Amino acid sequence: MMPDLGKYALEVNSSYVLSLMALGVIAGLYVKRNRAVRRVLAELEAAQDA
Amino acid sequence: MNSTPIAPTLSDRFWRLANPKIFMGWSSKLLPWIAAAALASLCSGLIWGYFFTSDDMRQGSTVKIIYLHVPAALMAINGYLLMFVGALVWLIRRQHVSVLAAKAAAPVGMVMTLIALATGAIWGQPMWGTYWVWDPRLTSFLILFLFYVGYIALWAAIEDEDTAADLTSVLAIVGAVFAMLSRYAVLFWNQGLHQGTTVTMADGAKQENISDAFFQPLLLSMAGFGLLFLTLLLIGTRTEVRARRLKVLQARERIE
Amino acid sequence: MIQLFLRDIGLSVRSGGGFGLALIFFLIVVTLIPFALGPDPSALAVIAPGVLWLGALLACLLSLDRIFGLDFEDGTLDLLATSPLPLESVYMAKASAHWLTTGLPLSLAAPVLGVLLNLDYETGKILCLSLLLGTPALSLIGAFGASLTLGVKRGGLLLSLLVLPLYVPSLIFGAQAVRLAGQALEYDVALVILSAISLGAAAILPFASGAALRINLR
Repeated sequence: MMPDLGKYALEVNSSYVLSLMALGVIAGLYVKRNRAVRRVLAELEAAQDA
Repeated sequence: MNSTPIAPTLSDRFWRLANPKIFMGWSSKLLPWIAAAALASLCSGLIWGYFFTSDDMRQGSTVKIIYLHVPAALMAINGYLLMFVGALVWLIRRQHVSVLAAKAAAPVGMVMTLIALATGAIWGQPMWGTYWVWDPRLTSFLILFLFYVGYIALWAAIEDEDTAADLTSVLAIVGAVFAMLSRYAVLFWNQGLHQGTTVTMADGAKQENISDAFFQPLLLSMAGFGLLFLTLLLIGTRTEVRARRLKVLQARERIE
Repeated sequence: MIQLFLRDIGLSVRSGGGFGLALIFFLIVVTLIPFALGPDPSALAVIAPGVLWLGALLACLLSLDRIFGLDFEDGTLDLLATSPLPLESVYMAKASAHWLTTGLPLSLAAPVLGVLLNLDYETGKILCLSLLLGTPALSLIGAFGASLTLGVKRGGLLLSLLVLPLYVPSLIFGAQAVRLAGQALEYDVALVILSAISLGAAAILPFASGAALRINLR
């Protein structure tokens, strides 16, 4: 299944891993902060309505 | 505003989309679809590129890096363009959502620039024999990265939100002018240093070599990166809209 | 406007902060270079244009936060904002005062310091000319950066971060002109573009900076 990358396997694989990691990290951070802000806001709005 | 009996024009309707409340509505409906499309095209493009393309005659398997490098570079530039437009719209029309979108775009754009730089360096090592050359393109990307950092740092440094929005917008616009200028300056600088190096030749060869077999997965992963950018942009903007509302509520609570 | 300009020059000369400091900093940078790179004269002559340009640029950075900083703190800037003088002119007056007290002396000192780095006389003249044409842009961009970071406490580092990428074109063309002159090649184009950047900065940045000042004084 793995394609034969020849002598450049390290370069190709590392660039894929690094890029996907970077995208994953930034996406994770965005989602995490989105959730955190949404939770705090919901709590505050609930407290104010009550 | 709603009580005016005059029928809304098309441009009214367009700008209404930027009303924070309405923005939250349509973006929450649209977000899952865009996210799914982003994931689908990104995965299929990259898997196609990684597993099912043949190696290039000259570049060997390193040609597969192109499916990351080119889309990331594209989005790095478009990200700055988007910030520029967002800043302009904020300064002219005072649409909060537009400046918050610019704010949300900056970190993603910065990461895209980093990916483009890193994959370029990894590709450059076996191809040019060095990780880094002061090639015009590479240098302009490094400068672009610095612009992103400066923009984000200015946002972080100023406490008052509206002041920060104004000042970063001014910076984004002046920065865009200077980024263009740097682009041409760097071109001039390197040509002056050494004309027609192997670097530019390799660069040219890369362009000519794109045949359909390479181009189709590339197009797909470009769409994937673009949609991913859009997804993160929407998430980030929604976060910022909520954060803004949170600040207002907290301030109100302190007064009461 | 002219009075403000004269006042700023007077202040910076008298307080001794910006005026002498930039020159001394420049001298120290140039002195340190041979220690770092070795005393070989031919090697020094090769890097001299770049080092001198970079040194002048960094020396320029030193006094940037003083352009508006002091006036903002003691409220002078608020008074200036209410005066009939538009903030764009305030910016121009202050940027030109900054140039006259740092850019001009740096340009004149550069060929002298160039002797230390084995720069020949002819190239020294071009160096002086390129700095004279290029440093106005440095002052203008710097004053713009200073007006952006006005409200930020201890904004010195942020100011450098914002301003340095904007300095890239000037640095490239300035150092390029001197390097070409050193190799006895045509350098006119670089000088023309360098002055074009300075003029362009003088045309655009007053409005950007005026807007930034107004935002900060709100």
